[in-house]
Amino acid sequence: MEQQELESRLSQMEGKLIGTQQTKNNRIFLLCEAEKCSDVCRFLFEELSLRFVISTGIDADDCFEVLHHFSNDQTGCMVTVKAFIRDRTKPSIGSITPFVPAAEWIEREMHDVLGIDFENHPNMRRLILCDDWPEGVYPLRKDAKL
Amino acid sequence: MSETVKKPILAVGPFHPLQEEMEFFQLTVDGEKVTDIDVRLSYNHRGIEKLSETLQFDQIPYLVSRICGICSASHPLAYVQAVEEIAGVKPPERALYVRTIINELERIHSHLLWVGLGGHFIGYDTVFMWAWKYREPVLDLLEEITGNRNNYGNVKIGGCREDIPEGIEPKILKELDTIEKKTEMLTKAILDDPVLHARLKGVGVLSKKDAVRYAVTGPTARGSGVDIDVRRDDPYAAYADLDWKVITQDAGDVFAKAVVRLLETFESIKIVRQAVKKLPKGPITTEVKQIPPGEGCGRAEAPRGETFHYVRSDGGNRPVRHKIRAPSYVNVPSFKASCIGADIADVTLTLAAVDPCYSCTERLAVVDDHNNVIHNHEALLRLSREKTAKIMKETGAPGLKLEDI
Amino acid sequence: MGWKLWSLKKSIWVFHVNTGACNNCDIEIVDLLTPKFDVERFGIKLVGSPRHADALLVTGVGTRQAAKRLQEVYRQTSKPCVVFCMGACACGTGIFEGAYHVAGPVDKIIKEVDPNAIIAYVPGCPPKPEAMISGVVKALSVL
Repeated sequence: MEQQELESRLSQMEGKLIGTQQTKNNRIFLLCEAEKCSDVCRFLFEELSLRFVISTGIDADDCFEVLHHFSNDQTGCMVTVKAFIRDRTKPSIGSITPFVPAAEWIEREMHDVLGIDFENHPNMRRLILCDDWPEGVYPLRKDAKL
Repeated sequence: MSETVKKPILAVGPFHPLQEEMEFFQLTVDGEKVTDIDVRLSYNHRGIEKLSETLQFDQIPYLVSRICGICSASHPLAYVQAVEEIAGVKPPERALYVRTIINELERIHSHLLWVGLGGHFIGYDTVFMWAWKYREPVLDLLEEITGNRNNYGNVKIGGCREDIPEGIEPKILKELDTIEKKTEMLTKAILDDPVLHARLKGVGVLSKKDAVRYAVTGPTARGSGVDIDVRRDDPYAAYADLDWKVITQDAGDVFAKAVVRLLETFESIKIVRQAVKKLPKGPITTEVKQIPPGEGCGRAEAPRGETFHYVRSDGGNRPVRHKIRAPSYVNVPSFKASCIGADIADVTLTLAAVDPCYSCTERLAVVDDHNNVIHNHEALLRLSREKTAKIMKETGAPGLKLEDI
Repeated sequence: MGWKLWSLKKSIWVFHVNTGACNNCDIEIVDLLTPKFDVERFGIKLVGSPRHADALLVTGVGTRQAAKRLQEVYRQTSKPCVVFCMGACACGTGIFEGAYHVAGPVDKIIKEVDPNAIIAYVPGCPPKPEAMISGVVKALSVL
């Protein structure tokens, strides 16, 4: 959809967000708490028909962040949902795989490398770490002992 | 009523000469039809994203170009674009054109590689030999321009590491003329062959709806009628200045994907010709001293689809986080949609049609409940070729005519 | 020189193993079959099973998941055999040194199973097909 329409429809979700950032390079970041992440992603995928690109899990110092990247191909704009998981002891967030089948692998990967739990994931199993990788060691965490 | 027995197919061993990477495919069959599919990754996982956090920003292009050998120009390009976004840097015009030339030459040799592999899987080994023979001039050209047949090491933050050699432009144009003639002949032979029509049409269909659900990109998407191409949608390098078109087909089958790749090769030749003729004079790089805090998204259209890199910086020398997504990561899972309901004989071809960054099709075998192998990978390849031979006999068509000019 | 080693020098059947490579070396190996290089005229043939092979062409860093499989393939290969480490990754993990999922390099993995394994190194990223042919020929002439 056109950029103006995209921005106006994104503003419909302001109630679920804690902030937005827009860079001049055609990149929009929607910031939200972990609980609201699924709703926001569902809106982007189903209502706005944005294309899912990939997700990034980040071990930020005081929380975990899960970024779901979407693309509005008509204008080349990337819309990224940045969700904050505040509980570092048992990080958990709702899975988007039930309505975005394309996210199945990347959520399994984030579970492997960061230890984030994805609630309601239909197929949570090891994806990329080897069969004898030790339990409880999450390589992409900053304090991982490798 | 006959009993249908569910037999799992397990991928065994990694190893066949034309097999590039090791993956573990598990298919469930009901008679001759595939009912489910699962993949075990890990054999190729090296831990690149973590390694990237220990390297400095300007060292990382060398790392990421080795993520995948055939997309080795698009990964560093997507990465440096992400960092250039953070730094607010625009490379000089000449650098954008050089990046375009190298990326499109890579697309040409990658699509020819795929055509060759596809031919091999269905028993057209002449096509394989022929396509790979005519890849070589492209690789030689890349070696003259960048110093290596693969892993060009040409891109850096702010521009290109090296300019193209002086006076090479006429040679590029001359080689392109030859490559275009050969590709025209190959395309005509393939698109006119009734056996290939019968063998490839309706096989491995990925519907447009599934293409969207699985978020596929590249020729896999464009062969299913999804009109996306990063070069046009989120323009980078010099693509916005050049005249070319995005190729799509609607059928979503293996034939459609072959058509997309073949026609795209001609568009790539067109792009390189224009880029060479319009190549602006000037510097090849802009100096970038410091990467400020921030985050950037860079993407490039690799031969397989959209390559995406996300980089976060905290103002230091190294990235805080570097996320890498190769196109095959979203294209491969679409097997679930395109392989289910397919004949066992078509499975190798359907898997190959996605042009995964690995060739997993020889990793297949059919085993019974007691884990005795009924069909191993060679047998599955043979099944695929037998189907082609049967079709050849039924259509009574002459063999594929490939003329060596 | 024993008769077994002598027989290796007549024509060599090779089996290709990828232990976590980016594909560059693998594609250059397949390139050896194609008309420009055409190694079959030297009697070098790529076979479909390690049991028929005289030499292993190994590419890749040797990831943790692939390491055991590589050792299994080595055990299945009839001896004597030569293990060719093709490319910088196989020779010494190349640019992936220190990555957490790397068990290699390849010679370390093979020597766990057979400390006396015959190993040859063909460096490059990727080694050009000419370099691969040259490496194979050189190794055989020294054996």
